[in-house]
This record gives sequence, structure tokens and C-alpha cells, in this order.
Amino acid sequence: MNNTSKSQRTMDIVQGGLAKRYQKEKRFKLYGLSAIFFSLLCLSLLFISIFSNGYTAFQQTFIEMEIAIDPEFIDKGNFAGSDYQGIIKASLRKEFPDVTGRKAKKRLYHLVSSGASYQLQDFVRDNFDKIGQTIRLWVPADDDVDMFIKGHIGRKGPEEDRRLKDDQISWIDSLVEQGRIKKKFNTTFFTAGDSREPELAGIWGAATGSFFTLLVTLALSFPIGVAAAVYLEEFAPTNRWTDLIEVNINNLAAVPSIVFGLLGLAVFLNFAGLPRSAPLVGGFVLTLMTLPTIIIASRASLKSVPPSIREAALGVGASKTQMVTHHVLPLAMPGMLTGTIIGMAQALGETAPLLMIGMVAFIVDIPGGFTDPSTVLPVQIYLWADSPERAFLERTSAAIMVLLVFLISMNAVAVILRKKFERRW
Amino acid sequence: MKKALLTVLALVFVMTTGNLWADSSRDYISIVGSSTVYPFATVVAEKFGKSTQYKTPKIESTGSGGGHKLFGAGVGVQHPDITNSSRRIKKSEFEKASQNGIEIVEVKIGYDGIVVANSKKGAALKLTRKDLYLALAAQVPNPDGSETLVANPYKTWKDVNASLPNTKIEVLGPPPTSGTRDAFVELAMEGGAKKFGFIKAMKKADKKKYKSVCHTVREDGAYIEAGENDNLIVQKLEANSKALGIFGFSFLDQNTDKIQGSFIDGVQPTFDAIADGSYPVSRPLFFYVKKAHVDKIPGMKGFLKEFTSEKAWGDEGYLTDKGLIPMPAAERKEFQAAVANLKPMTASDF
Repeated sequence: MNNTSKSQRTMDIVQGGLAKRYQKEKRFKLYGLSAIFFSLLCLSLLFISIFSNGYTAFQQTFIEMEIAIDPEFIDKGNFAGSDYQGIIKASLRKEFPDVTGRKAKKRLYHLVSSGASYQLQDFVRDNFDKIGQTIRLWVPADDDVDMFIKGHIGRKGPEEDRRLKDDQISWIDSLVEQGRIKKKFNTTFFTAGDSREPELAGIWGAATGSFFTLLVTLALSFPIGVAAAVYLEEFAPTNRWTDLIEVNINNLAAVPSIVFGLLGLAVFLNFAGLPRSAPLVGGFVLTLMTLPTIIIASRASLKSVPPSIREAALGVGASKTQMVTHHVLPLAMPGMLTGTIIGMAQALGETAPLLMIGMVAFIVDIPGGFTDPSTVLPVQIYLWADSPERAFLERTSAAIMVLLVFLISMNAVAVILRKKFERRW
Repeated sequence: MKKALLTVLALVFVMTTGNLWADSSRDYISIVGSSTVYPFATVVAEKFGKSTQYKTPKIESTGSGGGHKLFGAGVGVQHPDITNSSRRIKKSEFEKASQNGIEIVEVKIGYDGIVVANSKKGAALKLTRKDLYLALAAQVPNPDGSETLVANPYKTWKDVNASLPNTKIEVLGPPPTSGTRDAFVELAMEGGAKKFGFIKAMKKADKKKYKSVCHTVREDGAYIEAGENDNLIVQKLEANSKALGIFGFSFLDQNTDKIQGSFIDGVQPTFDAIADGSYPVSRPLFFYVKKAHVDKIPGMKGFLKEFTSEKAWGDEGYLTDKGLIPMPAAERKEFQAAVANLKPMTASDF
């Protein structure tokens, strides 16, 4: 009797508290959910703002010009030194013959990008027979015109406050009426190096620099990282020294990346005398930075290979080297590759250490090798973000989008590798 | 034994490759220095690279101080050929370079105005340098008129000067590492502080204290360090029509539809006002050439000629399109001659 009443009491307590406990659990779930929702919201805000700022950069405004290639301007002996700018200017004057006065003429010349003369130069080089004739050529518009056509610069407000004056707007309007201003896909953005004229600037130079730098990083950090991890995990005795090394590796993974840049400056540039701004040195520095990440990931994946595999291999008479190379390493490889790819993705987004070794630089020529001066994608973004011309704003966002595509695809490869080859024990 | 041999081999390898790099010649011009001169030097470099057979010069944006440090380290292809500077080379920097056997040719390229601007949504402010000093210095003369210094008590522009609007003092500007900040405190704040007789007298009596009084910016939140990115300041001004921002003229020039420059001592920062010197807060921009490199590095002469040509830095040159304020014609001639003769600086130039 006494016993049942007591158990009933316990049940009552449980029953009484049950609703509260359920509620607590619900709340707990809600906290987690709202945290995820919040981070998703931030992420989508970031993506939306970058995308809405940047998508217009994939198009560029072109003007169709009627150009009379006057042989007078062409210096037959020196094609590169000929006055192509003069031809463009003469063509513009012919297009709008009623423009007089030095200032108005200057405004007229500003409709067309200074890149038009280089385009004409290439055209003449390839078509000698066209000298003396009149041709039609789509040339890039100046960045102000580009911004105007894309609607980033309005036609409202007092004239003196506008980048484009009234007469310029009327010229543009008349060209638009004739269908001679068009937005086309911006191939320059994907094929050119850096430029101070937004309409001529591209990311290909920086992308090539990133490629060379990452190639050096991968070629060094993967073998060194895997070798270090295998030795520490499979061969090294456990003693004070290996403990010390382990602590140091974990510490290095948390060191701010600029420190590696300073190290690179002292060792690779000042002591070894390697060239400044070279992808080779950039690769060295980023190797130092990614090594700890790769070693830690590799060791974790070696640890996850069950000891029974090792014992079986040793049991049938394999040497320790055979055991590692034939059995443990292949099984641990997917995890190691995942770690490496994540390390590479980190290296791709890094600017701070490269500042110290001179890779934050204006480089127009596309780098052709490991010692050519070059820059990398995130540095390009940084440099454009700091440029006064307004057209660089959308190009900055577009470059961020390209970098994000690279990062997402690298991380996707890591996920796929893991899903495909990972074995659960 | 084997190990020792390996170590020696590795060391020899590092040393020889190092020397190899040092000895190998460089076929492009290497330029370092100020981020203020960067937008102008890059335009010239690009034109030069596209219109000649030489490679495009490489330009690093290291800041003026960082540039002089790299530039003054020595002669040889591993050191830069030219450094850009938004201030004149310091005597200490010149002496360091001389010790390393460097002969320097100084070239002034033009002027840059520093503007105090706000959003077009508000009215343009009519400031004086004295107002700027009183609004932004950490220590200001006691408002009661006695010749003592007190911590800056001013909260609104109206407190500073009764003719100014009754809005909170809120100025976005560059951090102390920036050359723009150096020039602003020197030209605007020191210029304003000098209007007080007892501060001006301090210059002779206690130069250190004078400097600290004139150059120390208040840190109680009225001056907000907005980072080196001037675009960011422009965007923040657009969002907050009550705030003022400090940056280089080229950013005002590109955004005249969104922001306006405040009058300083009655003059608004326009191209002409900075060029004729009536706008008080403007500074000269320079680059410095290593004389020994001019014949060694291919394209150096051509690049110098391009930079100092009338079509680049002249009144109608392409650099003015980018916001550089040209020098008067006589001054341009003088520096063109200096470049042509490669006349090195001497200690007596300071």
C-alpha cells in the first residue's frame, strides 16, 4: 500500500514535469533552428548584395564606330607607334561634326574607351589591306558611358555635379537611337589582366597568378604534409619530443597568416634572394600556412583506419612500410585529400601573407611562369575595391563571385571525394 | 656523416640559387610606394606597357614609408627602381639610402587635394582650418579664453563655431598609418592651431609639445577611423547625411553626384582651386628614381619620359582625368629637366 502510493507519487512528479520538459526540448530545438536560420539569412544577404552589385559587370557597353583608317596616321615602319588615338578622334569628330571648342571635343573623345586605339591597332596589324578604307568596329565605351547605360549614373541633378554632361548624354542618346550602342558579354573581364580603365580590366592575370601559386603550394604541401602525418602517426615513438611537435603543429594552425608572410620575407626574399612578387615565393609561404591544416587532417584520417587492418597486414608478414603504403595509406587517402583541398581553398582566399612578399601589386601582363611578377584573385579584389572609379565597384563584386565559384567547387570536390571513397568501419 | 653532407649540400643549394636570382637581370621596372600615387603611376605604367615593346612596370602599393624602406635598401635588381611618395623623402630616409650607395633623383608629379566632404542630402559646410582643429584635436584651448589646454569639450559643430549647424561632430577619416591622415593633420589641423598665438609660440619653446597638440586627433568617438578604403567612406557618407569624411580629391571627383566638398577657409575643393593653390589643404606628390638603375633596367628612360610628358602630367594630360592636380608649367619644366639630366639629390636639398 505504502509502496504503491510512493510509486504513484513518482509517476505524478514525472507526469507533472513532463509538459515542462517537452517545452524545454522544443525551446532547445528552436534555439538551434533559429541559429541556423540566422546564419542562412546572413549568407543569403551576402550573396544577394554581391550578386546584385556584380551581375552587371558581366556585360560591357560597346559603341559601333565608323572608322576611316587614314593612311596619314599610319607609320608603315612602326605600326605600334602609329597614332591610332588620332584616327579614333578624327572618326568621332566626323560623327558629330557640329562639336566645336576644345572642352567639348575633349568630352566627345571621352565617350570611347582608350582601349579602342589598341583594338584598332590589332585590327590594322591583321588587315593591312584595309588601310585607306572605312570600317565599322564595335569598340568598348568609356566606363562613365558604361555606367550610364547600365543605369548606375542618372541624368538628373545639376550638370556640374554629373560625370556626364548634357551634350555627352545627347550624343549617347542619338547613338542609342541608331542602335549603335549595345551591351555585349564582357569577354575582356575573363581574358585581360589588370587595368586602370575599368572597361579594360580583367581577372585572367590574377587567376593565372593564383593557379601558379596554388600549384607550388599543392606540389609542396601535399607530399610534405602526408609524409609528416604518416611518420608521426605510424612510426614515431610516443615521447616528450613527439608531444612537443604535436603541440607545435596545432599551434601553427592557429597562427595569424601575416606571420607566415613576415617569415617568407625574411627567409625567401632577404636570405635566399628569391624575386619579389613571384608565385614561387607565394607558393612557399602558403605552403607554410597550409601544412598544419593538412598534417592535422591527415593524422585524423590515419587514426580512423582501424588497428585490425594494420595487425592483419603485419600478421601475414608485411613489413611496416608495406603495411603503410599498401593498406593504411590508400584507406586514409580520401580523408587526406579532403584536408588538402580545404587547405588549398584557404590558401586561395589568402591576401595577408602575400602583402609582405610583394604580391599586392598592379600587374597588367599575364604571368607566364613561376618567377614572373603576378598577383592573386583576392588581392585583385582588394585593389579594385580601393579604386576611385565607380565602375570598379561592380567589377569587384563580379571578381568576388568568380572567387566564390572557385571556392565552392573546390569544397564540393572535397565533399564528393569523401562521400565516394570514405569507408565507415 | 651522410647527414652532415646533405645539410651542407642543401645550404649550398639555397645560397647558390639565391645568388643566381640576385645576379640574373630583371626585364621589367619595379615600383613601390604610396597608395595615393598608385592610381596615377599605374595609369602611366599601363600606357607605357601597351605602347612600347617593354614589359609593363610592376607597381606595389606599400605606403610611402614602406616604399622608402624597400627603395633605400640598396642598388641591384632585387631592389626596386622607383618609389612613389605622397610626402617628401625624409632626411633620415635620404641618409640611409646614401649610406647604401644610392643616388636619388627627385621628381614632383603634381598635387593632391585632401577634401572634407559630406552627402549631397545636407548643405555644404563652410569650415575654416581653425574649426577643423577645434573639432578634431584631442586638446584644444580652453573655451573660457585663458591660454590653457583642455580635453576637447565640443560636441556639435555649433559649439565650435556659432555659424555652423547644430549637428553632432562625426568625421570619418583614415587611420594613422595613412599618408592622407599625415597630410591632413599637418595642413588642416596644424594650420588651424597656428591661429592661436600661444600655440604658435609653443613651436619655438617646446617643439615636441607643439607637434603633439597640433597633430593628436581626439579619440572620444567624434573622429571615426574608417580604414584605408576611401570608397567605404564615400558609401558611409551616403548613408549618413550628417557625417563628414576625409579623403583624397580623386574620390570626390568620381562621386560629385553623391557628395560635396566642404568649403575650407572660404574655398571649395575644385580642380582649379587646388591647382592655383587657393585651396589650403593640398600636398605635393613625388616619385624617387634610383639613378644607377636608369641604364640597367630596360625601359626606365622611356617610362620616365612618358610620366613627365605633357600628355601625361600636363594641364590636359590623361593623369588629370584620374584626378591629379597638375603643377604650374614652370615647375613641370624644372622637373622635366631634372629627369633628363638625372640630377641626384644632395644633403643640401633639405
